[in-house]
Amino acid sequence: MAKHHVTTTVNRQPVELLCDTSETLLDVLRDELGLTGSKEGCGSGDCGACSVLMDGRLVCACLVLAVEATGHEITTIEGIAEGNTLHPIQQQFLEDAALQCGICTPGFVVAAKALLDRNPDPTETEVRFWLAGNLCRCTGYDKIVRAVLTAAAKMREEAVHG
Amino acid sequence: MNAVEYAKPQSIDDAIRALNNAPAGARVLAGGTDLLVQLRAGHVRPPVIVDLKGIAELRRIEVTATGFRIGAAVAGAELGEHAQFAAEWPGVTEAFHLIGSTQIQGRATMGGNLCNASPAADSVPALIAAGARCVIVGASGTREVAVEEVVSGPGKTTLAKGEFISEFLIARRQAHSGDAYLRFIPRTEMDIAVASAGVCLTLDDKGLCTAARVSLGAVAPTALLVADCAKALIGTSLDDAALAKLAAAASAACAPINDKRGTIEFRTKVAGVLARRAATIAAQRARGN
Ligand SMILES: Cc1cc2nc3c(=O)[nH]c(=O)nc-3n(C[C@H](O)[C@H](O)[C@H](O)COP(=O)(O)OP(=O)(O)OC[C@H]3O[C@@H](n4cnc5c(N)ncnc54)[C@H](O)[C@@H]3O)c2cc1C
Ligand code: FES
Ligand code: FES
Repeated sequence: MAKHHVTTTVNRQPVELLCDTSETLLDVLRDELGLTGSKEGCGSGDCGACSVLMDGRLVCACLVLAVEATGHEITTIEGIAEGNTLHPIQQQFLEDAALQCGICTPGFVVAAKALLDRNPDPTETEVRFWLAGNLCRCTGYDKIVRAVLTAAAKMREEAVHG
Repeated sequence: MNAVEYAKPQSIDDAIRALNNAPAGARVLAGGTDLLVQLRAGHVRPPVIVDLKGIAELRRIEVTATGFRIGAAVAGAELGEHAQFAAEWPGVTEAFHLIGSTQIQGRATMGGNLCNASPAADSVPALIAAGARCVIVGASGTREVAVEEVVSGPGKTTLAKGEFISEFLIARRQAHSGDAYLRFIPRTEMDIAVASAGVCLTLDDKGLCTAARVSLGAVAPTALLVADCAKALIGTSLDDAALAKLAAAASAACAPINDKRGTIEFRTKVAGVLARRAATIAAQRARGN
């Protein structure tokens, strides 16, 4: 059958693309749009390396059909920084060395942003549960959780003092 | 993946028509957290996928004087944010919330959890205990069935070709009632239940149990509604003797598989323990309202 013509918004830019039913959102982000920040670790919803926001909600791009993106707003890791200024979560991951190979990092940053957008002051337990769908084979998670908590504290500080 | 066509109808009637006109093997798509995994693994090759998320009625949560109507396309995260539902049905809310990660919660639905027909589906025992019913629509009309009547075996449902669930109906919480759901998994998150139990019970003014529904998951080909468990509780003050009888009745109802995640003995024993603990939590909740 003919390809689907998909009109969607990715990182605040209107995007049009053609896809087959069988292509996932992750496939088209990486292969059609060149947004290779989102990674495919498993393709089955287990690792979270493909995490993106769909209308502000955290989802696995590998479990969304590309055609389902029609009319929705997608935010990927490429849309998290403001121009050349890293998001405080990204900055903190660098400062705290919360990554080693980096494959899991885009997913963690997007997932952490979704958490802090909803809850600017999460407990460590809340951070750990929220991020339970993001797997990391390198860091042992501790530095990641700490970086998220520190970024949250800095963002609260920033919000108060401007 | 080999799916060919994709349809996103905007009304229930259009969805019924799309499914009716489709060749055998067409699938409805809700959150896709089971279906996309199966497509990718080549376990299913539907000629048509009918996405239910374009149908407004299937996306809403309605509260009336008598009950909640939860559309079949409502995702876990959306229901979890419904404060009134969470307050009245904490057990159902917790069970649904246990499904997968934050990412999975953004998509997964109760209709998908039920119709995927895994014996270990987490929301199912909680829905059965709550006495939830579902509205099933199709070319030959609309019918309403109890949740426990939907699944007939692993991967199999009693839905006819072209039928799908449009919404779930759950009563308003009665006075002195409470529900709870517990599962056993080897980790704290992101795993498949080895055994699980959902309990809903009602007390009278003196604290005697007047009604109970107990459902077990992952210990038989489908989730079970165990009448002997309810009998063990009704008419008692939920004392230790009643809870011991409940646990024994739960274990007696089990017919589990034996696998590396849990032996028959383990699943049978743990189902009793979980039923007892869930009943204790449900009773605390019932006393508190
Ligand atoms: C990483 C991961 C972790 C998971 N963890 C858990 C867990 O802890 N516990 C658990 O129980 N499950 C778990 N699951 C399985 C899955 O997420 C749930 O079963 C979920 O509720 C399925 O809902 P869905 O809307 O995504 O279903 P879909 O994938 O859209 O559909 C599943 C099946 O049901 C059919 N269907 C869907 N909606 C309807 C309807 N309204 N009427 C008729 N048929 C319908 C579809 O055709 C398909 O066959 C997990 C999955 C993943 C990927
Ligand atoms: S690639 Fe999507 S969850 Fe692993
Ligand atoms: S840094 Fe390598 S997987 Fe997380």
